[in-house]
Amino acid sequence: MTGTGGAPLRAWNATAFGADEITPMPVEALGAALARRVSEAWRLVALFGIPRERLPLPLVALLSHPDGGWLEVLGTEVGQAYPSFTPSCPQAARFEREVCEQFGVRPAGHPWLKPVRGEASWGPGPVEPHPRGAEIGVGYPFFSMEGSGVHEVAVGPVHAGVIEPGHFRFQCHGEVVHHLEIVLGYQHRGVERALLGGPHRATVQQIEELSGDATVAHATAYCEVREALAAQVVPPRGQALRALALELERMACHTGDLGALAGDVGFLPTAAYCGRLRGVFLDLTAELCGNRFGRGFVRPGGVTRDLADGDARRMLETLRTAEPELRSAVELFFSSGSVLARVEQVGVVSREDALALGLVGVAARACGLSVDARQDHPSGLYRVSHIPVATSSGGDVHARAVVRWLEVQRSLDFVRRVLRELPSGPVRTPEKPPRPDAAAFSLVEGWRGEVVHVAVTGRSGSFERYKVVDPSFRNWPGLELAVRGQQVSDFPLCNKSFNLSYSGHDL
Amino acid sequence: MLRLLRARLRQGHRTLAFPAAEPSLPAAFRGRPEVDGSRCVDGCDACARACPTEAIEVQGGSLRLDLGRCVFCGECETSCPAGAVRFTPDYRMAVRRREDLVVGDGEYRLAAALDRTARGLFGRSFRLRQVSAGGSGAEEADANVLTTVVFDLARFGVDFVASPRHADGLLVTGPVSASMRGPLLRTWEAVPAPRLVIAVGASAISGGPWRGSREVEGGVDRVLPVDLYVPGFPPHPLTILDGILRLLGRLGEEPR
Repeated sequence: MTGTGGAPLRAWNATAFGADEITPMPVEALGAALARRVSEAWRLVALFGIPRERLPLPLVALLSHPDGGWLEVLGTEVGQAYPSFTPSCPQAARFEREVCEQFGVRPAGHPWLKPVRGEASWGPGPVEPHPRGAEIGVGYPFFSMEGSGVHEVAVGPVHAGVIEPGHFRFQCHGEVVHHLEIVLGYQHRGVERALLGGPHRATVQQIEELSGDATVAHATAYCEVREALAAQVVPPRGQALRALALELERMACHTGDLGALAGDVGFLPTAAYCGRLRGVFLDLTAELCGNRFGRGFVRPGGVTRDLADGDARRMLETLRTAEPELRSAVELFFSSGSVLARVEQVGVVSREDALALGLVGVAARACGLSVDARQDHPSGLYRVSHIPVATSSGGDVHARAVVRWLEVQRSLDFVRRVLRELPSGPVRTPEKPPRPDAAAFSLVEGWRGEVVHVAVTGRSGSFERYKVVDPSFRNWPGLELAVRGQQVSDFPLCNKSFNLSYSGHDL
Repeated sequence: MLRLLRARLRQGHRTLAFPAAEPSLPAAFRGRPEVDGSRCVDGCDACARACPTEAIEVQGGSLRLDLGRCVFCGECETSCPAGAVRFTPDYRMAVRRREDLVVGDGEYRLAAALDRTARGLFGRSFRLRQVSAGGSGAEEADANVLTTVVFDLARFGVDFVASPRHADGLLVTGPVSASMRGPLLRTWEAVPAPRLVIAVGASAISGGPWRGSREVEGGVDRVLPVDLYVPGFPPHPLTILDGILRLLGRLGEEPR
């Protein structure tokens, strides 16, 4: 929170600062700073515009220090066009596409300036990368290959399973995929526009429905932002119950994913057992708060329900039964030759590519990158109670499965500790309104990866901008890379190993 | 091989006895709410003001809660000084008509079975194509979970299929986003008639928290005729399963 005289503003997770502390620098200087920072292993956590009636448009960039535990907040102002940051900072690629689509300003020299979800421009800039009112995939400028034996495979938006919609366009030669382009935006509901001027009555419900299976992660990020903006304290018991819900969410989803991976390689025992065991964790969440996805639980100031001692004991009992069942189900998967033959060396993302793209969460840790907001930018209970970071090195489907399994086990230990050592006292303090002319961000390690929320309030204390970055927004390009050189038929497996959110990306 | 068999024995038989036996749900589970307008304090509308989705109407001693809009957050229950709103763990909530999604003083009318002709067509074999049209992923996940060994949807002759050509109907989630309107309609057109549509979740029924957003239609029935409404945020898998079985006349409560 020091940022006078044009020096970069340094800020900490879930801690407010004055909106005027983000002093704009020349756009070229920001571009140079981004290039320098990412070359020093900093990560671009967010890059977004703040709505204005007319140009210039303020842009804000958040960069995470590789191990210092803080973020640098940089600002600039741009007109109708500005020199794109992407050529020297590839992590900015999708963020710049988003800024262009939302605000109509052009990043000149951007190598891949395409619509990101097909939403209508908010203004004030004149650029419209997507025809107004058209379906996102229709008339989309797909990359295509030419040559004898080259063919295209188009899948979606409605695809085979019970899954969200997206369009996948493969350029293939024979069975081999040379290029995959993923077009998203089908799930766009107008989240960020709806949040403007808030908090509104249904804001927290919109946050909970933003990416449904990461309800607790997004609700926690939202509440941490709200609490920072109101200098509101969450009682220790409330923080512990939030962390409990977040880790249950992680265990449920990772368990489900391990089962789904087994299903995709035709290994039905693990698929069947994990399919059930996922439900055990969801039901524990329902015991905790009345809803399998943790909805209605995390609220500004704490949580809405306390956990009775008897309930905590019963949850421990359930975990004691579930753990050996889960271990047996997953160990079958990892010790079966027919499974390993299908998951090793398939869907590889190199560590260099993961770094360059700024991958987060399981996808990054499977490439050996130690990126985990619970350790790098701890907030809430994670400030005092730690979970070791689980990494692997292969960058393939197998590594992503290994990281999931390690994380389930570590979360299980953590959850048991929390249940045994629940602090006493209240679970919530009364909600307070955000203070005016302030800004705050929150980084929460959801089960897919780092969930980022940033709020900037105006003179009345309402949201002048509320930015959400779901981990999927940063990881979808990882999947595009992972399938290069793979068989078309391995796509479902690669896709499942990432299991990214469509709604979280599309907002 | 022996390891597989050992694991199989350890995992045991896990399919719910539902519908023969009532499932046990956590006491905290927020299912169908009950309201009692006679308890209301004169002029109090605390519940309506606390509701994030304008699902509650208070009018001179009568209290009506629209389950199509309800997001089951429990704010109304917490805000009521007189205990006039209470969430019960009853998971049964699906109805056939939008106007039946009202909890008030009268009895809540659960979904009636299809007529005899339709039951003859779908009653013993019913295939669904799922379409997410702006859903959050949670509704889809708890529909998908019906295919696990716990619920074992296929034992009722009901299943999800990949191709709409093989389907008897659609199970739609989400408020119908602008870019999914076209694909949803095209999928529906690809389903051979007669075909049914099931709207699952508050967003699919009324737009839920997205009601009023310019980017969504605000409910599946703005676009397609809906035969079954399954409320919830997201609905419990049993709420969906119960609704489908009622629709097909498989719960033994339908008139002959």
